[in-house]
Amino acid sequence: MLLLIQYTLIFASVLSLVALGGCFSEHSGVINLGLEGIMVMGALGGALAMSRLPATTSPFVIVVVTILTAVVFGVVYSTLLGFAAINFKADQTLIGTAMNMLATAASTVFVRAMNTSVNPNNVSTEVSYIATKPAFIVKIGGFEFNWFMLIAVIALVASYIVLYKTRFGLRLMACGENPQAADSVGINVYKMRWAGVLISGMLGGLGGIVYITAGVSSWKFDVGVAGYGFLALAVMIFGQWKPTKIAMAALLFGFFRALSYVYTGISWLASMNIPSTVYIMMPYIISLIVLAFTSKNSKAPKAEGIPYDKGSR
Amino acid sequence: MNEKTGFFRKPAVQSLLGSLISILIGLLIGFVVLLLINPAGAGAAIRTILLNFMTKSSGPALMKALGNTLVKTSPLLMCALSVCFCYKVGLFNIGAAGQYEAGAGVALYCALGLHLNWFVCLVAGMLAGALLGAISGALKAYRSVNEVISGIMLNWITLYLVNTILTAPGIKDPTSPYTLTLSTTNPSAIIPSFGLSALFANNKTVTIAIPLAVLIAVAIWVILTKTKFGYELRATGFNKDAAKYAGMREKKNIIITLAIGGGLAGLGAGFLFLSGYMQWSVTQTSVPGMGFNGIAATFLGGLHPIGTIFSSFFIQNITDGGSLIDKAVYPSQISDLISAIIIYTCGFAAFFRQMMNAFIAKKADKNEPNANAVAEEGGKK
Repeated sequence: MLLLIQYTLIFASVLSLVALGGCFSEHSGVINLGLEGIMVMGALGGALAMSRLPATTSPFVIVVVTILTAVVFGVVYSTLLGFAAINFKADQTLIGTAMNMLATAASTVFVRAMNTSVNPNNVSTEVSYIATKPAFIVKIGGFEFNWFMLIAVIALVASYIVLYKTRFGLRLMACGENPQAADSVGINVYKMRWAGVLISGMLGGLGGIVYITAGVSSWKFDVGVAGYGFLALAVMIFGQWKPTKIAMAALLFGFFRALSYVYTGISWLASMNIPSTVYIMMPYIISLIVLAFTSKNSKAPKAEGIPYDKGSR
Repeated sequence: MNEKTGFFRKPAVQSLLGSLISILIGLLIGFVVLLLINPAGAGAAIRTILLNFMTKSSGPALMKALGNTLVKTSPLLMCALSVCFCYKVGLFNIGAAGQYEAGAGVALYCALGLHLNWFVCLVAGMLAGALLGAISGALKAYRSVNEVISGIMLNWITLYLVNTILTAPGIKDPTSPYTLTLSTTNPSAIIPSFGLSALFANNKTVTIAIPLAVLIAVAIWVILTKTKFGYELRATGFNKDAAKYAGMREKKNIIITLAIGGGLAGLGAGFLFLSGYMQWSVTQTSVPGMGFNGIAATFLGGLHPIGTIFSSFFIQNITDGGSLIDKAVYPSQISDLISAIIIYTCGFAAFFRQMMNAFIAKKADKNEPNANAVAEEGGKK
């Protein structure tokens, strides 16, 4: 039971971080379908930092350096979206898809080349970070508290405040609702959209490293992040683009994901003999049904996905 | 000079040039990455990736390798057509991947579980894809759920559903995570070759699926551009409300479009899995790349059904070429990297066309003050 709570919380942390990332980008008016790819890049950055830092480094330094590297990787990678979608008015769905493909391919090529350069016989795509992983975990009885859980909560509160209580956040959201109107009162729509995309890169990259350190201590990069970026998009939509509801949705989705891992250890669930795939499918099915009932008056930013052109009316 | 500017103004020429530039950028970056990994063999490696089957020494081996590439090109082409068809109607069918999964699942279930013959399996797979597409379409038409979102959800739901269905005894090989081979379980489910395999050094997986896929591409082009039905669909894509005002049933059109798109992707899966080339792995936990590669092929093909034939072959060709390079030195995923960069640069196609037109206009202005008048005259001739 403790394990179920622990898994739920850590998966919910991943999902809420990445979903908040999507939330910032979409509120500024850019659909970020490349979250999956941004997660992969953040995971790559974080994993490289963790595997390079000596195990004797103080835990605080490990945590900070890992987070910073993941964030930097995510932000740098998200510029690909900003550049194409904001400056060149490219199709955002297409660019997102390309970014997802590129992230997996590039990280695989990079990690393999790195492994081979160290040992010519090593053709794996795996990065191991077992030595520094304990820095993130504090054992409280049988419960493994992960610092990332705290970071996810901080990100949630910060996102709420930034979006609803600051001038920046309100302006950002205006650019996703009616960019022409925002422009007419002197807001630089391009700058605001860039801000939205870069913040989504930051949170997406962070989510990536949280995901790959959640259960394991090494990662094979040829599998990407197994659809978590897309699941986070579902969380964002399910949460109607609002931080508070995103937190609830992340907990629900995280709970089902956790169930699929630990249900065999819970006797009455195990006795029902439901295959783990059912638990994995659950979040997708629920969100599809909920979407079918709520999309008519959707809370989606009105101008999302439409490139902003100063000249158009 | 006038004729030349006219040539470069043609949209078809511009999208072809755009695609070629995308390919060049992709190959260039791929080459630089190869150089960074190991400069010694980079030239040979990029050559292998590009030439793929042509690097085989003997004639029969070459034809066999070409056959293998073609076998995998046909499902890719079908997925690309699926995306292309829907895009022309203003719908982004990211759900092609899921429709492909559904087609594979149902086709294999009919073949291995129900022991039906190839034609029935193929049609069943197509209908499964179409059904999934229609669900996305109905959600969009009646419940305003964005087709990209429902497509993504259905991709994952279908993946796990298909994995579960194909795990049944008699379908899955008890000793491996793969489904049983068609040749041992039910040879009648293999798409016939009608002598085609003889052309490819007896490559048994070469079937009529390959020419069929090309024919379907031509048919899609004809339907979209030469028929009233295609016109109505495209009109719906341009402006839903105007189409409705003009007496077209826009809701029905959305559902039909995604159903056709789904059918194409489902058929593509049938083409691959019923050729006996490969088996479905029931332990896969990521959506197969075929649907996403289809998006790449669509845009590289300039969103034209005929262009898609060539772009699908090109993408499959470099993917297979990637598996032939010296794997002790270079990762085969370098091809995926090149494909991904190509599709990323395809996003700049509209910008590229704009640049080109601006450049031509500027040049015309500079060289001949009255170029516009001459060009107009030329146009009248």
